[in-house]
Amino acid sequence: MNHNILVLIDYLKGSVAEISYEMLGIARKIADSSGGKVYAFVAGKAAKTVATNFGAADEVFVIDDPECERLADDIIIEALKNLVQEKQVSLVFIGNTNISFGIGARLSARVKMPFVNWVREIKSVDGQLVVTSAQAGGKILCDIKLPDGKGIIGILSGSFPPDAGKIQKQPVITEIPKPEVKTGIRFKSLIEPKAGDIDITRMDVLVSVGRGIQTPDNIPLAEELANALGGAVSASRPVVDQGWLPLTRQVGKSGMTVSPKLYLALGISGAPEHYEGMKGSKLIVAINTDPKAPIFDFAHYGAVVDCLELIEPLKEEILKRKK
Amino acid sequence: MNAYVLIKMAPDPVEELEISNDGKSLDSEFLRYKCGDPDEHAIEQALLLKEKYGGKVTVVAIDAPEVDDVLFTALAKGVDRAVKILKDQTKLGSIATASLLASFFKSGNAEITPDTLIMPGSQAIDDVEGETSAYLAEFLGLPYIGVVSGVSIIDGKARVIKEFRSGIRGEYEVDLPAVVGIQSAEKPPRYVPVAKVRAVMKTAKIETVDLPEPEKEKALEIERMYKPEVAGRAQIIEGSTQEIAAKLAEIFAERGII
Repeated sequence: MNHNILVLIDYLKGSVAEISYEMLGIARKIADSSGGKVYAFVAGKAAKTVATNFGAADEVFVIDDPECERLADDIIIEALKNLVQEKQVSLVFIGNTNISFGIGARLSARVKMPFVNWVREIKSVDGQLVVTSAQAGGKILCDIKLPDGKGIIGILSGSFPPDAGKIQKQPVITEIPKPEVKTGIRFKSLIEPKAGDIDITRMDVLVSVGRGIQTPDNIPLAEELANALGGAVSASRPVVDQGWLPLTRQVGKSGMTVSPKLYLALGISGAPEHYEGMKGSKLIVAINTDPKAPIFDFAHYGAVVDCLELIEPLKEEILKRKK
Repeated sequence: MNAYVLIKMAPDPVEELEISNDGKSLDSEFLRYKCGDPDEHAIEQALLLKEKYGGKVTVVAIDAPEVDDVLFTALAKGVDRAVKILKDQTKLGSIATASLLASFFKSGNAEITPDTLIMPGSQAIDDVEGETSAYLAEFLGLPYIGVVSGVSIIDGKARVIKEFRSGIRGEYEVDLPAVVGIQSAEKPPRYVPVAKVRAVMKTAKIETVDLPEPEKEKALEIERMYKPEVAGRAQIIEGSTQEIAAKLAEIFAERGII
């Protein structure tokens, strides 16, 4: 069947998240092999300017609102719904990101199309589309056949090559009016991360701590190790949620995206939300007591040992070599 | 403020997950259920709001293994009311769960007042949609916002902080009643001693509510469930901690990191 595909661009504050290009790339591939079209939708302040980047799409629909950094989800959902109906769209791609969270489910309820989230693979089996959804933090995979080849697909970041979606071609850009919908939610302001702390995105070495660090009293040990390595301490979400380190140190989906020369993960299981923030690291070393922790699937080196027992000897070995 | 916190028990991902013989579901015999981190934070956020603005906090869960412990713990923390819906949570997908919860709010057991905040944890990890709270908002016709890490009340409306990316967050004004999916509370979830939970088990009661089966939606069929094949498995360094430390230092030196 022809697949007309609609891609929701993940856009905030003048910047397009890489997942948008991943989605455009895979959409282009499916549309080309099925004889369909790729449509992109982008909304927000200066959205019209960024629309020129989406050459992988045949047509880009834009709501450019100079007044508002971020339109209410209700408006975005209504615009997507209209496009699905007008353009006979069979597949909608939405990034599994914080920004787009909730849009997939609500659009699904309104257009009566099934919603599959956490998708990391899309393939055609006997002419039917089968998507692979990652469950339980990536520990389990499910293959799901899309009934009638239709669906709203929440795509996990890092699943498809973004370069395939970066095509230097001028797409047709169509501005559409903001749909008139009643919304109980109004955007007020953007809150930038507090300045003043170390910028972990600029560090060459990060010693990153997770649940395995056990108590806040152990954070100074990680700091000593980071100092020996000439780096800084970062953390996974549970550590920041506990208030043991500030938000500026959080790596992952809501936190920072880092790509140091060394990412030493101490007691971090490696959920997809965390992977998203550190997958660009040049060397990933994971220390975890659970041999089945997902982090060992993408680390370069690992050791199955309690990180608290390794910190001190590792620090000494490093200091010894530096002398 | 009238707050409802919605709890969903999900398989503990720290445990070993086994696929059952049909190859399409998890083997429930070996599963251990726990309430997700965002749900714990939702309880905390509701209690913080109650301390600040007064009102009442009700915790609602659909029956599942270990759920009574979670509900009693919530009562011990200071929640006013705990309700258990007598249906098997483990058999329900996102949409059926949302539809059952919607019927609970329409059943007369939980009034939605103009100052109502329904606060589920932002996301459960164990079903293919994973946006139960967004479906619930849709079924109740209420405003919805998820991935929230801070709530306050100003002039009868909620002010919430939503997480975007790279540490950037957005502030939103939300008309009440509304569904607000909590990612994390303003403070870490409070600790409650086991002795206090035990004492509450003796004195407090979990209300039970029976509701008709949720309508069977045209569920997505799982063709196959399996464990991921690992492509680039880490090279595991064996030995004593001393040996591991020495080997790691050698690798760092080779790479010019130290």
